[in-house]
Amino acid sequence: MDGFRIPVGDWADTAIRWLKSNLDDVLDGVGFVLRWLVDTLADQLLAVPALLLIAILALLGWIARSWQFAIGATLALLLIVAMDQWEPAIQTLSLVLIAAAIALLIAIPIGILAARNATVSLIVRPVLDFMQTMPSFVYLIPTVLFFGIGFAPGVVSTIIFALPPGIRLTELGIRGVDPEKVEAGQAFGATPGQILRGIQLPLASPTIMAGVNQVIMLALSMAVVAGIAGANGAGKEVVAAISTLNIAQGVEAGLSIVVLAIYLDRVTSALGAPAAHSSSLRAALRRRRLAAA
Amino acid sequence: MTEIALRAEGLYKVFGRQPMDAVARLREGTSRDELIGATAAVIDATFEVKRGEIFVVMGLSGSGKSTLIRMLNGLHPATDGTVTVGGEMITGVPSARLRDIRRERISMVFQHFALLPHRTVAENVAYPLELRGVAKGERMARAEEVLNLVGLEGWTDRLPAALSGGMQQRVGIARALAADTDILLMDEAFSALDPLIRREMQEQLLELQARLQKTIIFITHDLNEAMFLGDRIAVMRDGRIVQIGTPEDILTDPANDYVEQFVQDVDRARVLTAGNVMERPVLAVPESAGPRTALRAMRDGYSSAAYVIGRDRHLVGIVRDRDAMRLVQNGETSLTSVIRPVPQSVSVDAVLMDLFVPAIESPLPLAVVDDAGRLVGVIPRVTLLAALGPGAAATGELTLPPPPVPTTEIDLLLTASGSDAADAIARDEAPR
Repeated sequence: MDGFRIPVGDWADTAIRWLKSNLDDVLDGVGFVLRWLVDTLADQLLAVPALLLIAILALLGWIARSWQFAIGATLALLLIVAMDQWEPAIQTLSLVLIAAAIALLIAIPIGILAARNATVSLIVRPVLDFMQTMPSFVYLIPTVLFFGIGFAPGVVSTIIFALPPGIRLTELGIRGVDPEKVEAGQAFGATPGQILRGIQLPLASPTIMAGVNQVIMLALSMAVVAGIAGANGAGKEVVAAISTLNIAQGVEAGLSIVVLAIYLDRVTSALGAPAAHSSSLRAALRRRRLAAA
Repeated sequence: MTEIALRAEGLYKVFGRQPMDAVARLREGTSRDELIGATAAVIDATFEVKRGEIFVVMGLSGSGKSTLIRMLNGLHPATDGTVTVGGEMITGVPSARLRDIRRERISMVFQHFALLPHRTVAENVAYPLELRGVAKGERMARAEEVLNLVGLEGWTDRLPAALSGGMQQRVGIARALAADTDILLMDEAFSALDPLIRREMQEQLLELQARLQKTIIFITHDLNEAMFLGDRIAVMRDGRIVQIGTPEDILTDPANDYVEQFVQDVDRARVLTAGNVMERPVLAVPESAGPRTALRAMRDGYSSAAYVIGRDRHLVGIVRDRDAMRLVQNGETSLTSVIRPVPQSVSVDAVLMDLFVPAIESPLPLAVVDDAGRLVGVIPRVTLLAALGPGAAATGELTLPPPPVPTTEIDLLLTASGSDAADAIARDEAPR
């Protein structure tokens, strides 16, 4: 076996460099757009007074879940402000929201395709396994090469890492729709598009929303990794704390990520299962409307 | 308009590889079990459904009935054979054309209702109209109308989950009716409901059908349901239709052992009608006949009364033996003065279930009259009992027990052979 080696790494290196040199303009454009999206969102959110934004987020929590949750969220978000972690937290939130939105824009159509076509499903499955098991740090190497330091490589790595559950749960949700209900659509003469929009997507929405929740949570877990690539935010604070062994900074940045994570998780999971949250503002309004009717 | 609403000819459905090969081999006489690598769900199904009738396809699970019904609206494309709806071919047409046919001509009711849980009851009912592009106001008005028809007024704005199973299936039926198609396919529509509700739904379906005159193709595994609903029934076994006929045909003249075994369990009292089991009325005397003729007829028929019929066999009343004897003793020649009203008579179409009480109350074999009030037959109680048993004997000739010896003869014999006391002593000694 002496001297025998398959140079897989070299091949990947060649391929990445070839992409970089040939698609430089495209990559620059993509990087610019991503940076612009995250920066703009973060700037807009930071332009709103922190207390007002907290009030809005708490109201969202009440609409989706309950007033108890809204109070808890207010206190936790106030803690972030009190720790002077508000700006990095909002930067992280912006990165997560943009990355999750783009991931979902890609994941849901692919999931739909995979649900309708066995061949697509067969091809997509191993690719997703690959994407999910590859250590997330590895994505940073080519993305930093492509986009340089900053938000852009962070967003792209996050998208790649967060994509799989979105695709999987969309496919699962659509395949799990009662076949008799799909048949009912066909029997009354619905086109495949009408069946998708009127029957499959609405009935699969709890599962798809679970996918959305998963995508957002994975995106948040990538926030620290993105910090290594130089994306501003709580992740970068954590990385800085590690390199200087600054316990105080690390705990404060870490806590603000935890608060964000819990808030996003509870709100998105409640959106997927409205029936389970009867004390939400949404449910209360619906009850009043039904009672009036 | 043609009389035939739907025609299926030589329908085959084979799942698996090289289905056409399998069809060719089935045609040559290979049995279904001998096919390798292919499963034949429907084999050579040919039948016609007349406009306005309820055509029931009956078979156990795995007999191919669900596949068959799905071929009638193209949910399963046929491997071979043709389906025509109102003279228009629906097999082998492009999918856009097929969708048009489903929108305009054939609707369907599903076993588990298949309602859309995120839409209100009215929106569910309006769904077929929505697909057809009917404006919102119009389709909701139509939905309300149909919901009133099936007895669900006041539930329009509720979600299906708030309704019981029976009500959900009424929504399913309303949805199919809202589509306003000539043909309704019902796939085990009542099988998921509990027995009491099922009965109620069957009756409601017949009521609706009497008003709307749709062509209904109804799939079921329940023979009683098939017998109750069906104008005609197709019995399926292992993918083949083994018999097509009216409920009475199937019950009284089963095509083979399989069907015969099947109908053993059927509730015959709800299927057979008075017309199926009645006998020729022997105890009927013309109004113009005298009391002597009547008395003779009663004596020959071992009966204490007889029916009196007028012109055209019109049922006039009954006459009793004692009244007739009095007339003869008085030397009168006309029955008119002693004719009593008929205590009980039933219509030819009445099912046996409804005959038991009249049969008990009637002093004579139960009179069966047609729509014009003519005496067309009688049903003695024994016949009624025999009709409930299995087998061809049910409606054929009966062997009656021999009539008892008249009491006067027995009394004579007993006095001649010794005293009652001696008889009693003999009985006491016998066991020792």
